[in-house]
This record gives sequence, structure tokens and C-alpha cells, in this order.
Amino acid sequence: MSLEALLFQGLNGLAQASTLFMVAAGLSLVFGVTRIVNLAHGSFMMLGLYAAWTLATSLGGALGFWGGIVVAALGVGLLGAVLEVAILRRLYRAPELFQLLSTFAILLVLNDLALFLWGPEDLLGPRAPGLSGAVTILDRRFPSYDLFLIAAGPLVLLALHLVVTRSRFGRLIRAATEDREMVGALGVNQALLFTAVFALAAALAGLGGALQLPRQPATLTLDLEVIADAFVVTVVGGMGSLPGAFLAAILIAEIKALCIAIGQVSVFGVALNLSKFTLVAEFVVMAVVLIVRPYGLLGRPPVHVREGGEPEAPLRPAGTPARIAAVAVLACLAALPLAATGSPYTLVLATDILIAVLFAASLHFIMGPAGLHSFGHAAYFGLGAYATAIAVTRLGLPMGPAMLIAPTAGGAGAALFGWFSVRLSGVYLAMLTLAFAQIVWSILYQWEGLTGGSNGIFGAWPAAPFDSRAGFYLLALGVTVAGLLALRTALFSPFGYAMRAGRDSPLRAEAIGIGVFRVHWLAFILAGVFAGLAGALFAFAKGSVSPEIASIAESVDGLAMVLLGGVHSLLGPIVGASVFTWLSDTVSRTTDYWRAALGGIILLIVLVQPGGIMGGVGALGRHLRRARP
Amino acid sequence: MNARFARVAAAAALAGTLGIGAASAQDTITIGELNSYKAIPAFLEPYQKGMELAVAEVNEAGGVLGRELRIVTRDDGANPGDAVRAAEELVTREGADVIAGTFLSNIGLAVSEYAKRRKVFFLASEPLTDKLTWDNGNRYTFRLRPSTYMQVAMLMDAAEASGAKRWALVYPNYEYGTSAAETFKQLLKERVPDAEIVTEQAPPLRGIDAGSVVQAIADSQPDGIFNALFAGDLSQFVREGQTRGLFDETAVVSLLTGEPEYLDPLGADTPTGWVVTGYPWSAIDTPEHAAFLAAYQDRFDTYPRLGSVVGYATIKSLAAGIEKAGSTDPEALVDAFEGLDVETPFGPITYRPSDHQSTMGAFVGHLDLVDGKGQMVDFRYVAGEDVLPAEDVVKALRPAD
Amino acid sequence: MSLLHVAGLTKHFGGVVALDGVGFTVEAGEVVALIGPNGAGKSTCFNLINGQLAPDAGGISFDGASIVGIGPRRLFRMGIGRTFQIAAVFQSMTVVENVQMALLSANREIFRFLRGVPRRRRGEALALLDRVGLAGEADRAARTLAYGDLKRLELAVALANRPRLLLMDEPAAGMAPQERADLVSLTRRVVDADGTAVLFTEHSMDVVFAFADRILVLAEGRLIAQGAPEAVRADPLVQAHYLGTTTDTEDGP
Repeated sequence: MSLEALLFQGLNGLAQASTLFMVAAGLSLVFGVTRIVNLAHGSFMMLGLYAAWTLATSLGGALGFWGGIVVAALGVGLLGAVLEVAILRRLYRAPELFQLLSTFAILLVLNDLALFLWGPEDLLGPRAPGLSGAVTILDRRFPSYDLFLIAAGPLVLLALHLVVTRSRFGRLIRAATEDREMVGALGVNQALLFTAVFALAAALAGLGGALQLPRQPATLTLDLEVIADAFVVTVVGGMGSLPGAFLAAILIAEIKALCIAIGQVSVFGVALNLSKFTLVAEFVVMAVVLIVRPYGLLGRPPVHVREGGEPEAPLRPAGTPARIAAVAVLACLAALPLAATGSPYTLVLATDILIAVLFAASLHFIMGPAGLHSFGHAAYFGLGAYATAIAVTRLGLPMGPAMLIAPTAGGAGAALFGWFSVRLSGVYLAMLTLAFAQIVWSILYQWEGLTGGSNGIFGAWPAAPFDSRAGFYLLALGVTVAGLLALRTALFSPFGYAMRAGRDSPLRAEAIGIGVFRVHWLAFILAGVFAGLAGALFAFAKGSVSPEIASIAESVDGLAMVLLGGVHSLLGPIVGASVFTWLSDTVSRTTDYWRAALGGIILLIVLVQPGGIMGGVGALGRHLRRARP
Repeated sequence: MNARFARVAAAAALAGTLGIGAASAQDTITIGELNSYKAIPAFLEPYQKGMELAVAEVNEAGGVLGRELRIVTRDDGANPGDAVRAAEELVTREGADVIAGTFLSNIGLAVSEYAKRRKVFFLASEPLTDKLTWDNGNRYTFRLRPSTYMQVAMLMDAAEASGAKRWALVYPNYEYGTSAAETFKQLLKERVPDAEIVTEQAPPLRGIDAGSVVQAIADSQPDGIFNALFAGDLSQFVREGQTRGLFDETAVVSLLTGEPEYLDPLGADTPTGWVVTGYPWSAIDTPEHAAFLAAYQDRFDTYPRLGSVVGYATIKSLAAGIEKAGSTDPEALVDAFEGLDVETPFGPITYRPSDHQSTMGAFVGHLDLVDGKGQMVDFRYVAGEDVLPAEDVVKALRPAD
Repeated sequence: MSLLHVAGLTKHFGGVVALDGVGFTVEAGEVVALIGPNGAGKSTCFNLINGQLAPDAGGISFDGASIVGIGPRRLFRMGIGRTFQIAAVFQSMTVVENVQMALLSANREIFRFLRGVPRRRRGEALALLDRVGLAGEADRAARTLAYGDLKRLELAVALANRPRLLLMDEPAAGMAPQERADLVSLTRRVVDADGTAVLFTEHSMDVVFAFADRILVLAEGRLIAQGAPEAVRADPLVQAHYLGTTTDTEDGP
């Protein structure tokens, strides 16, 4: 390839980087000032693009296009302010995870809002009036609009830089980023500052989206795609650092452009198509950066670790009534096949719920007691499911050994990725686990020879006596209950206490001789083992596996289940997974807008009862006990 | 329309919950249909309309075996795991006699696997993957739409006639794209032995960096391009390619681009001269299509897309198959479908006994711009049997039942 | 041989010399205070000993063995206990469980997965709590304790491994005068009974003079005086550095 071609691809990368930077800059600002990890930030970008499309197509002409971009950005900024005042403002003192859950709920609601307003079809905007053609550079034609974008990115960075360094607003932003208490001490109206920052961030995302109008169709999947990319950029650059975000956006866009430019290469006689690497390039970059520089390229370690709201109550072993209740519930579940002879679907749904429960419990094991907020837990579920499916269909192993391979695979994956991830904390840990999960997903997705590629693997059915619906349900019940008991026993054991010790106070834990890294690493591995086991059940329940089970969406579903149930209750993941799975099955059959319904329910829970469902039940119980004479 | 179907589905779900479904199974035949409605609306909304039209026609003509046809639809959430559960629900709770539908290849394959396991009759209407009827084929699964292999094969005459020797390939990075590219390379080698592949670009599905991809292709200086991108990726690729002059001197053969679902959104950007597979609904001059077109426009006040034809033909196939079998027993249905002849808007088709693939074909033609809109011109219908490998060839590809 | 032997300890931060050739010893069973004005290098010195920082030059040995570069976990195993300026306990556990964790770790029983913590070493833990006067609070959640009680709990936790040296970072910070006096006398009683040596930093001079057998005074990174409390109080060099700073209000870090 010629040098000109390479340089030219560099220009393409720069054009691509601009929007990425604008969206990521907003995310970074909001995190810096409010410490909120805003999952709905990608939705602002998506809405900006949709709004610009509507304005450009309905008004038409240069005014509709350029004016539309401005209006769209401002409108999205206004929406951001409204959401901040209406919802997020109530959550600044809530634990980080509930803020996360509520921004996830906002994401769900905004997605269905877009579906309602614009319908489900992709909408590509018109070409930019005045910039619809191309200019010739290096003997090649380069779209003039892309030149405009290349300039827009640094201009926005410059404007932001001036605001942050020169204005009073900017000084407050910096002060809040470095020390939140100080802002309160300065007598600043903190609420107003937060609203303003949130609106600015939303407007930046909206602008980034609107500017894509002639380049990219507005689609309903943009929000999740963009939020993933924006997180990658923000984290690679260092949370809270605007120049870092700019640098990271360019780095990632250029690496992708380079992969596309190189295309087919031959390494040691193996033909590789690097253009396929763009599927996962940014996540590989993020993983490498976080391993080498745990706080990103230009990031600094957090000044002080934030207290996560009210800490949980001490663990109490179950009393006799609780044990009796558990046995009774178990007996009912075991008898379900008898009761459900007339409606076999009950067993099918119940089996799916059991699998979700085991998966959620394994995630809760590290999220709650160890405080390790993994955003990529589906990877271990997927590894387990694939290991089982491969063992059955390719190696011809019988069911028993195939099921044992799954926890091994899940555990091995968790051992490898956990070794890097557990060293980090907070957002950085979440993002590194996410990156690893995406890498696992892309391997499952592309290794046609072993994993069947995007289609997956078929024909992993259970053997007798588990081949009937009732038989498999009972197997799933047995495995899940055994898994839950094992996890529970571990939580009450010295090891489980050491997990919490390492979460409560790493300083104290180390000072009494507890190796926090070793304990949390092993916890991560155990979580991978049980997620893998749940994956094995999944493979046999469906008879097939495909890459979706290791996707971001699956990981996010797991998070939602745990948070819905309540992260500080051992029953939380059980209740959360059951409610989530049942709701999605039932509600999705009756309305197109079931995600918005789910988001609404989550918001209600978070605003009214920020301890999740089980937190609410616990509070109710305490209230009743107090009320008793 | 979508809302109406949702209501029907909701009512059906409610009925099923209350145990009413079982009683009504006596006088109706239930088709359990599942698809990625929310993920692929551009194709599937017209598809749903096509089904509705066919059901209405069948029932107005007295139903099948004297019983009414009833459809219960489910969204599979574009997720194979959920799709299998939806299939279970359709069969066990709704009492579906057959299942049909699916768009995405991985979901089609997962449901096909389920059908084989539970011995349920499954008519896969849309998924394109060759594996569905070949490598992973099974007794209980049939497929209506022409497969990836067939559609690529339809373009080979044009590829050869273009005289291009330096080919660039661009396709979405998943099984449909990779297998389309493989088929193209294999068939090209047979037809034009001295042709070479100068670059292969496989951007992520729904995630193309169109500028970079177009540039990389231009830099490899091809004289022919094989494209398998569709939907949003296609729109971006076409726009960037035109701005950058990629298509000016290059022959392009392109899968699916002539389908109204993907052609209409291109609007004034439509690249003229591309040779594409598709469905030129406004210019097909056959009595069977004219009748379908009139009925469809009369009922829905809009023009049909390819999805409409597929949805319509799905129901017509099922009706014909059940009529021929004389019952909804899966074994009888499979036997009836092997060699079943069905009348469709594209003319008569047959479900081949060897690989359970229908011989439904597609139209191949050039793209042109008429009144600011894309249109297929100089097209011809290529029947499925003309591009399918011989029955004994495909038999070797399928696993034994 | 001294229990703790520090020699020529030097540490730079960028171009700034934080600690410059500091040396001293702590004998078994002795209570030693490390004091000095803000920026004198107390914290640096303390963090070098407890393994949070690595020195640029100099040596630290405990019981004859060098402990330079050794992390907190191994120091614990060697018999060095710690308390923190802001009491660090496990908030999600009960008071007695906090002590049980230290006992379990001391006995290398952390990697056990079956029998629950509530049924392990509870008696021993209660005995330790009794020594610090917290036996009555054993089953309360640690996060509900008053700050003074948290400090006692921390002391009990630190004593679980029968340390020979206890490093206490500002043990009385953030406490009211009466609480402070109680804690100091309690600590003195307990360490005297066990023969535990203590090295502590402190701002408030009443604590220092009530508690310490010997005082080390740092200023500008150097050790400017050491000796018995009365001798240090009378030292003119110390008075020069401490002019007007020996009041009780100087509690902050």
C-alpha cells in the first residue's frame, strides 16, 4: 500500500473521530462532576441524530439542515436538563449502582420513545447543503463534509478547553471534578452546577449525533453501540480528561482506519482479514491500555474513593422459619411438573428462569459481597455454554462430562481475565471486564471452524432421563439449587467474609493479613465457574448456542437482574432474575414497548425503594417489626 | 397494521393463558409464527401484511381442510435463545400445528434444531443461510426464500459478462456475508479462472466505517465489486462510494439491493448500473403477480415489498401443504411438502424433496434512477431450479436423518 | 537488639526532600511517639515503616530482619499491627466478626469454604472485645458504633495477632478530650499487659505526654530531638519549631 493511501486513511480516521470525541467528552464531563456513569448518554446522541433528521427533512434546504443540527443539539441539551432535575438529582447520594440502574432505565425508556416517535426504520438524512461534494487530495476524492468534521472536533475541544480554564463555570467544573466537598464549601449552588453540566454534556452528545446526519442512518440500536464506543474512548483517555478523550477518539478511529486500509494480510502463512478486526478493535485497545495504564492515557487515580451510600447490614444465618419457608418453596418447585402437566410451557419458562437465577447469583456473588462490578459477566456464561455445546457436538462427549467442562471453561476464562481486572476498581474494572467480554464475543462470532461463527452450534440436546421437559426442568432445579447453596455457603465461610472485608476496607484487610487480590481473584473465578454452569444448562435447554449469549446485552441483562432484586440481599439475584425473566416473557408478548415498561418499573423501584425489590421487602419487614407492640 | 397484529397476538396470549386456546384448536389450524419484528422492521412489516392477506384469502375460500387458519405471532427479540422459548410457547401453549417464520440465519437454524428435536413442522420463510437446507438440514425444516448460494449464483452471469478481472468483495461480517463471499469466489473461479480478488472488506454488521472501507476498495484498484451489504450499511457505503467516485469506472454486482426494502431508502443516491437481485414490483408483467399486486394494494393502500411476497407465499405454501397432507400431523406434512407445488406471485414453485429448498427465484436486473427514485430495469426472473445444484449433489451435503 | 531499628532513612518526592537520614530505635515493650509540625515528614516516615512507601536510601529492620519493601500483609505475619488515622473496620460486619476475621487470618483460616464464620473463634474474639471494653456491643453492626468505640474495635482487631509492635497513626484524631483520655489509658493498659511496643504519630500533645515513654521529634525531614517527654519539652530546638503549636486545638492532619 502506498504512503498516500495510508495518509488518506488517516484523514478518514480523523473524520470518524470527531463525533466519537463529542459524545465521549460529554460522558467524561458528567462523570467528572457528578460521578454518575450515565448509560443513557448514547441515547442523547441517537436522539440528536433523529431530531436533526426530522428538522432537515421537514424544513428542507440549508436552513433545515444546519439550523436543524443546532436546534437538535440544544433540544437534546434541554432534555438532559429535564432528566437531571426530574430523576438524577434524587440519586446523587444513592449508591453508584443505583445511579447506573436508573440511567439504564432511562436508556430503555428513551429507546422506546424514539421507536414511538420515529418508527422502527433506519433513517438516513440528506447530504449537507453546500458540502455535498468532494475535494481532491492526494489524487483522491475526499468528501468536503468530512473535512468540516475534521475541523469540528478540535474546535469543540478548544471551546470546551476555554470554558473549563477561563470561565467561572469552568473553574467550578474543575473544582467539582477534583473535590466534590469543596464545591459545597464554596457556597456554590451545587444543584444548578450539576444540571448545567448535565445539559452541556447532553447537548454535546446531541451535537455529535446531529453532525452524523449525512453520514449515518438514525437507528434504534445506536444508543447501545454509541454508549459502548463512548465509554471505551472515555476510559482509554482517562475518565474526566477532555484532552484524553480527544486523544483516545483519534487513536481508536485511526487504528480502525488502518485495519481497513491494510485489509488482507498473511501472518506466518495464515491469511488474516484485518477489516474483520474492526468488530472488536476498540475493545482490544481498551484492554491493552487498562492493563498498562489502569487509569487511562491521561487519567489520574481517583482522588478519594466514594462511599457507596448506606452499607449493607451484617449477614445473618437463616432462622428456622426462613429454613422452613425455603424447604416449602423448594418442595413446590419440585412438584411443579405434576401441577403443570396441562401446560408444559410453564416448565419451559421456569427452566429459563432457573438458568437466569443461577447466572444472576453468580454475578451477584462478586458484585455484592466483593464489590466487583463486572460489566462482562456474560462472557463466562457464554464460555460455559460453548464449551458444553462443543463437547457434545464436536467431541461427542456424553452429557455428564460435557456439563462439567462448562464450569471449567467459565472458571478458566475468569481466571485469565480476572487476573487483570480485579486489580482495578470502579468504572475501570467495569470497563475492563466489558472489554474482555467483547473480545470473547468476537472470538465466538468469528471463529467459524470451532464455534460456528455468527450462527453458533446446534444439536446439544440433553440425554435421557433429562430429555423431557419435566426431566430437564428437574435437572435445572437441582443444579441451580445446588449452585445457590454452594454460593451461599461460601459467603458465610471465612472466604466469603474475606471477600466483604476486602470490599469494605482493603487497607484494613491487608493490615490483618488478608490478600485482597487473591481473595477477589478467586471470587471472580468462582463466579465464572457458576456462570459457566448456568451456560451449560442454557446450551442443553435450547439445543443450540450462538454468540448473542456472550454479548453486551446479555451482560447488561444480568446487571439489571441483580440490581432489580437488590445487590445487598442474598435473595436479591433470585428475585431479580425471576421477575426480570418473567416480565420480559409476559410483557413482551403484549406490547411493543415492553422495554419502556421495564424501564419505568426500574425507575419506580429506584426512586421509591433504592434497595431493589429485596431491599424494599427488608425495609417493610423492619417497619413491621418496629410497629409490633 | 402492526398494532392490529399485536392486539391479535395479545388476545391470543390471553386466551392461551386462560386455557381457551385448546378448545378452539378443533375448528382452526394454528400457525405459530415467530420473527425479529422489532429488529428488522423494514422487511418484516410488509411480511406481516403479506401473511395477513394470504390468511384472509385462504379463509374466505373456506379455509384448509374445512378449518380456519389462525396466525399467532411472536417477536423473537433477535435472540436465538428467546426464539427457542417462543417456539416452545407457540407449540405448547398456543397449540400451534406448525411453526413458520424467522429472518436471521442464526435464529432460523436454532428454531430448525428445535423443530428436529421436538418433531415439529417448520417452514423457514426468510433466513438465507445455506446451512439451513444443506449442512444442518433436517427432516422437519423447509425453506421458502432463495438461499445465499442461489442469489449469488444468479449474479454470476453478469459478473462474467462484465469482463472484470480484479474483484473487490465487501460484505457484512457474519455468516451471510462470509458465505456469500465464499460462494462468489468459488463460482468466479469456475467461470473466470484468471480473475483475482484484490481486496476483501468485512465491516461489522450495522457498524461500517464507510469512508475508510470505500477508500480501501478504491486503493486496491478493482474493476469489479461484489457487494453483500444491505440496509443501513448499504446506504452509507453507497453514499460514500458516490461522493468518492468509487463506482464511476467499476462494475458492481450486488446481492439484495434491488429489494424495495433496501432500494427505496437509497432514493436519489441509487447507484445506476449496478446489477442486483431484487423485486421490481411495479414492472412485473405476469397474471399471478398482477392479481397479488391488486389485492395487496387494495387491502393496504401501499405497494408490496419483497417481504410481502415472502409472507404471502409462506402462508400459501402452508395451506397447500396441509391440504395435500390431509392433516396437520408433522410426519404427513413433511411427506406432503417433499415435492409440493405452490402457486406464488412469482409463479409456480416446488419444494425439492432432496434438500427441502423451494425453487422460488428472484429478479436480476440493473439499477436505474427514475424520477429521483431507484428502480430495477432490464430485469429477468431467475427461477430457483436454474441456480440450485443438482439433487444428488445436495443430498451429499445433508446429514442423514 | 532493638525491636525496630531505623537508620539513614531518606525519601524524596520530586525535588523535595521529605525525609533526610532519619534514624532511631524502638525497644521491646516501649511506647514511642513520633511528632513534628505539619510537613515535618512524620507521615512519610510512618508510611516507609509500614510498607506503603519505599525509601530512596536507608534501612529498616524489625527484630533483626530488614523490612524494607515488605507489604502490610507480611508485616502482619511478622508481628506488626496497625491502626489508622481514620478507623478502618469492616462496616458490613458485626463488631465480633471484625475481630474474628483478624483471628481467622492470624491462624491462616481465610481460604476455608464450608463452616460459617459465626461458628469460628467467637470465644477468642469475645475475650479480646472484653479487654477493650466492647463485649457488650459484640453483635451490633460495626457501622452503628460511636467513633470512640470504633477506635477500640480497631485496637482489638490490631491485637488479635499478638503483635510485638503496634503502629498507630494518630490514634486520638477526631475524638473528644474525654474519649481521648479513655482510649489512651486503655491502650497503655493493654500494651503494657502484653509487652507490646508502640510507635505512634500524634498531633495533640496531651496524648503524647500522657502516653509516650519516649518522643522523637521531626522537623523539615530530620530528627531534631529525642528523649523522655520532659527532656523533649525542655529542648530549645523543639520549642523553636513548636512555638505556639502545643495547644489541644491542633487536631487536624
